Amino acid sequence: MIDAKTTPPAKTKASRFSLAQRRTIVGYIFITPFILGFIFWFLTPALVAANLTFQKWNLISAPRYVGFQNIERLFNDPILLQSLKSTFIYTFASVPIGLIFAFFLALLINTQIPGIAIFRTIYFLPSIVPAVAGALLWAWIFNTEFGLLNAAIRALGGAKIAWLQEPSWAMVAFIIMSTWGVGGAMIIFLAGLQGIPDVYYEAADLDGAGRWHKLWNVTIPLMSPVIFFNLIIGFINSFQVFVQALLMTNGGPQNSTLFLVLYIYRTAFQSTNMGYAAALSWLLFFFLMIFSFIVFKVLGNRVYYEAPGN
Amino acid sequence: MALSKVSRKPGSEKAWHWLTIFLLFFFAAIMFIPFLWLLTSSFKTQNQIFQYPPSWIPNPFQPGNYVRALTYKPFALYFRNSMIIATLNVIAVVFTASFCAYGFARVRFKGREFWFGVVMATLFLPYTILIVPNFLIFTRLGWVNTFLPLTVPLFFGGGAFNIFLLRQFFRTIPEELADAARIDGCTEFGIYWRIFLPLAKPALITVGIFTFLAAWNDLLGPIIYLRSPDKFTVAAGLASFRSQTDISWDLQLAAATAMTVPVILLFFFTQRYFIKGIVMSGLKG
Repeated sequence: MIDAKTTPPAKTKASRFSLAQRRTIVGYIFITPFILGFIFWFLTPALVAANLTFQKWNLISAPRYVGFQNIERLFNDPILLQSLKSTFIYTFASVPIGLIFAFFLALLINTQIPGIAIFRTIYFLPSIVPAVAGALLWAWIFNTEFGLLNAAIRALGGAKIAWLQEPSWAMVAFIIMSTWGVGGAMIIFLAGLQGIPDVYYEAADLDGAGRWHKLWNVTIPLMSPVIFFNLIIGFINSFQVFVQALLMTNGGPQNSTLFLVLYIYRTAFQSTNMGYAAALSWLLFFFLMIFSFIVFKVLGNRVYYEAPGN
Repeated sequence: MALSKVSRKPGSEKAWHWLTIFLLFFFAAIMFIPFLWLLTSSFKTQNQIFQYPPSWIPNPFQPGNYVRALTYKPFALYFRNSMIIATLNVIAVVFTASFCAYGFARVRFKGREFWFGVVMATLFLPYTILIVPNFLIFTRLGWVNTFLPLTVPLFFGGGAFNIFLLRQFFRTIPEELADAARIDGCTEFGIYWRIFLPLAKPALITVGIFTFLAAWNDLLGPIIYLRSPDKFTVAAGLASFRSQTDISWDLQLAAATAMTVPVILLFFFTQRYFIKGIVMSGLKG
């Protein structure tokens, strides 16, 4: 870091400012883009949204103040209730399943056999498929009559499933689809696994620990910061699931995949009820905050950090 | 697990080794089959697509699906639009995120910790929560149906996550380098531009790739802000393809493949930076 001893005094210009003052000016010049961006694209919209929450506005006629009407509506909106239920079910099923699967794959590819790079690539690739393309692909795989999945089920003697037409199966379909794309989390786990020093395993070997024992008592505790990170990212991403629901089911059947962001999108841009859409956005913000808080509180202090970062 | 070299029980080690290999192939098949299915289906005729049981080999092989799909809608134009938006985003992030990151990493000033706290606070807040008010702001500015809402905001710091990532990287560069430049009379801006930016090339490439992908894949922004079809991105064009029921599956799948190919090519050409970027985001988060 810069301090007075290593920074030579300015010789040329007899400055009006002290060194610390000049450093402050320079520092603020560097972070000005961020500060302006924060004000323009974060603080201002947040205030606009706060104001909008108390208005009724369809973008055509003049906005009208309606007091707490939009907020009251949050508490007796059956579609919102359904939307929250779907979002929570999806989140609480897909995040843990995805994390366990990603962890398992990371253990699997953390071996040194020839050609392992090919396997790593194959496992990773699904996670970079654009969401729109992925949605079309999976809509076709889940097709009841001609889809690949039902063809496999029927070949094994099962009955075909109406994946995207039946509410509970639609949820299963979305969870399967999200599990396919866990490559990013897997790579993060892999890097974490490769960072565990061998001495821990050697010590466990001396104690005669078996594979399970090493997994539970060495690998998982040492991996806890990485698991924690993937968990938070997983929650935030799954709360925002949108593209697949818009393109594959359009929220159906019976609103079973009307996830919160899709509901906000519909309220704002199809029903053009901007006030209520703003109230819904605040609700999403509120849930993200609560979740981050709970995750940090409950899990944060159980996470084992080997050494403080830089 | 990672310990195939420590073999106390050779018999069980061998079984374990073969189990690992079996599982590797099993999951590779599961992960890869959807790709293969997409690829073969995209070359099938409409008749063969609607056939039970499905077959893997397109017969007749119909590459014309791609020509029809990509000319049914002006995909060349969409491709150009996506490229313009994604390129502007990359430029914005590479320059403004690194500029801010330098301030947070290397200039010690009053209020720095506070503002870095603000960066961290916005780190986990997705832009989704602000789409409604932002839409109104962009409407008021007259920016709707232009590329401005999808590009201009990124010139203001390039996103908290990128600032954070580049700040972490800048902190690993030895201070002696900057000191030497200061003795030679270089200003902080000169140090940023002449020393830190060139040294940060790997990190900037990484951040650039992820910015490009995010812009290429984004659907929510384009469908909200872009109204006339000649402004559409590839993602928006493909989504509008989907909503028109008269377009058949063979064309939809061909177009989906065409959208995926550039992403996969980008991955293969920049694999090292790709993986490094993911790892950096995970381990230093």
